[in-house]
Amino acid sequence: MEHNVIEMHHIIKRFFEGQENELQILNGIDLTVEDGEFLSIVGESGSGKSTLMNLIGLLDRPTEGTYFLDGIDVNRASDADLSALRNKKIGFVFQTYNLIPRMNALKNVEVPLMYGGVSRKERQEKAVELMEMVGMADRMDHKPEELSGGQKQRVAIARAMANDPAIILADEPTGALDSKTGHMIMDIFHDLHENHGKTILLITHSETLANETGRIITLMDGRVINERIMGGGTDAS
Amino acid sequence: MLRENILLALESLRLNKMRAILTMLGIIIGIASVITIMTVGNGLTKGVADAMQSLGGNNISVYIEEKAPLEEEADMETGEEPVFGEVEQTYGMTDDDYFTAEMIRDLCAHYPDQIQAISVEEGIGTIECNYHNKSEAANLTGVTAGYFYANNLTILRGSYFTEEDLDRGSNVVMISDQFAESLFGDIDTAIGATFETMIEDKNLEMKVVGIYEYQKDTMMSSLIMGQGDTAQIYTPLLAARNIYGQESGNQYYWFDVVTKQGVDSESFAQTIQEYLTDTYYRDNPNIQPSAFSMSSVVDEMSGVMGKVTLAISAIAAIALVVGGIGVMNIMLVSITERTREIGTRKALGATNGSIRTQFITEAIIICLLGGVIGIVIGSVLGMIATAVMGALSGPTPFSILLSLGVAMAVGIFFGYYPANKAAKMNPIDALRYE
Repeated sequence: MEHNVIEMHHIIKRFFEGQENELQILNGIDLTVEDGEFLSIVGESGSGKSTLMNLIGLLDRPTEGTYFLDGIDVNRASDADLSALRNKKIGFVFQTYNLIPRMNALKNVEVPLMYGGVSRKERQEKAVELMEMVGMADRMDHKPEELSGGQKQRVAIARAMANDPAIILADEPTGALDSKTGHMIMDIFHDLHENHGKTILLITHSETLANETGRIITLMDGRVINERIMGGGTDAS
Repeated sequence: MLRENILLALESLRLNKMRAILTMLGIIIGIASVITIMTVGNGLTKGVADAMQSLGGNNISVYIEEKAPLEEEADMETGEEPVFGEVEQTYGMTDDDYFTAEMIRDLCAHYPDQIQAISVEEGIGTIECNYHNKSEAANLTGVTAGYFYANNLTILRGSYFTEEDLDRGSNVVMISDQFAESLFGDIDTAIGATFETMIEDKNLEMKVVGIYEYQKDTMMSSLIMGQGDTAQIYTPLLAARNIYGQESGNQYYWFDVVTKQGVDSESFAQTIQEYLTDTYYRDNPNIQPSAFSMSSVVDEMSGVMGKVTLAISAIAAIALVVGGIGVMNIMLVSITERTREIGTRKALGATNGSIRTQFITEAIIICLLGGVIGIVIGSVLGMIATAVMGALSGPTPFSILLSLGVAMAVGIFFGYYPANKAAKMNPIDALRYE
């Protein structure tokens, strides 16, 4: 039963619409991501990859075009629906980790579960499980400021996995890490992809990292200019 | 979720202790002043009520007053209280104008279920009491059978005047335990003893038939009724009148009705006034009877006190507005500092509503904490103040609930704008905020 996690048709995004400084960032993107894929989007800064990621992550709405996330027509969703969809369908991993200070690692992992309305007991059990999965079982009560960059990113990945999302959106996840730690993070993504069947979309400007994924989409000036299928990380089906 | 919001708010307060305390200060001062004022106001009201009660809260005073010319009637409503035992005589009173013993008896016969006793007292003045070589000044008052009922006096030794004493006007007295000790040395010697006194050139012998317990005045009752007299001694009304040579012992300007348990003294006062007017004073062109209950006076005073207290509290509550602005200010700073957190939460699925709730909860927690501290401080100050006034009282549940409610309302009101600002943040900008 094949179905596509992401189906985007002719996506256009303009800013300052109707004003003098109107700016068109995305010029008609078509993108399809199958369930279980591990793919990457690469491009120089200014190519529109951040804007595309915001649209995919439902943080923003396209100006034109259609977008189906896990079969749901996103254009018809209300703001509250978008919040719920972000909560259930998308797992964000940011370059800057974006853990919530003042909360310990375990509580951070519980946040998406809390917004998803999971009971206190259940979400604690689930969060412990996820922390064990990313190898952070011994640091659950540490505050973000007490963790190293790699540890923080592992907590962030555990958090992204909390509601078992349809897709993990990783925006330059190793950008702030040294290469050794960066490899460890990439290994976690590979593990999630291969052993848990997760769909992962990696946004990066690094060709090296992109080469580890199954498909590479290159953006330039708001258009897809190249698409390569790689041998290594093809879909798990 | 509420639990998380509360824990989160407490945690961020804990991390910024100094800031939290300074922010709360306005709320603390506002609530503390309101609680102090309300406690003191309540203490005063209670003190007054207690004092009035001890003076006979269910008594009805019945007196005669001059009919007011029509244009002054409104003024009479709020006019001065009549001085007990006196009537303003702007025209010559005739014998027909006074209450008589027959009228009083008739009144009692007409309302046997309501009237417990009738009390009349007439102050005679200061007399010099001589016993052996000792001499003490005392204040003599003539009273009737109902007096001890009306004034809640406790008899320690002997008994109250007998019917015979009252009817004949015997020269017998009741004195206080304190006076007994100062004149006779101790109360056992005093009971049954006789002292001499000189009134209007007549040398009289007064026999002590009873000793009552002197009740120490509370600060409140002495404020209202003046300093009580330890040397207050009582004699039958008729005896007092005989001493002063008033042949006609059958005129009263004023008497007290002691009501039976469960009688609504306020409406009964009205009933008495109407009965006496209809029966005896319908045709009197100058004089009308009037009756008022002590409890109506207490109610009136309590009402006025309550209003004054509320008015002063409202002024104190201005501090709360200032405090609220402080809370709003700190909340605005807080959401700017936590822009990234807000963006992250939105990315993780927080709706605008849940972000708003989170920050309003934080504002409410600050205000409630400040409120609780203010209530504690205000209660202590109020208790100290009322203790100094001799009517120790704590804050009422009403004032505590009111303060908590107001603190919460301040939190919601001043927290809403910052919280809404946070809720409406664009998640993309918020996530990138440095």
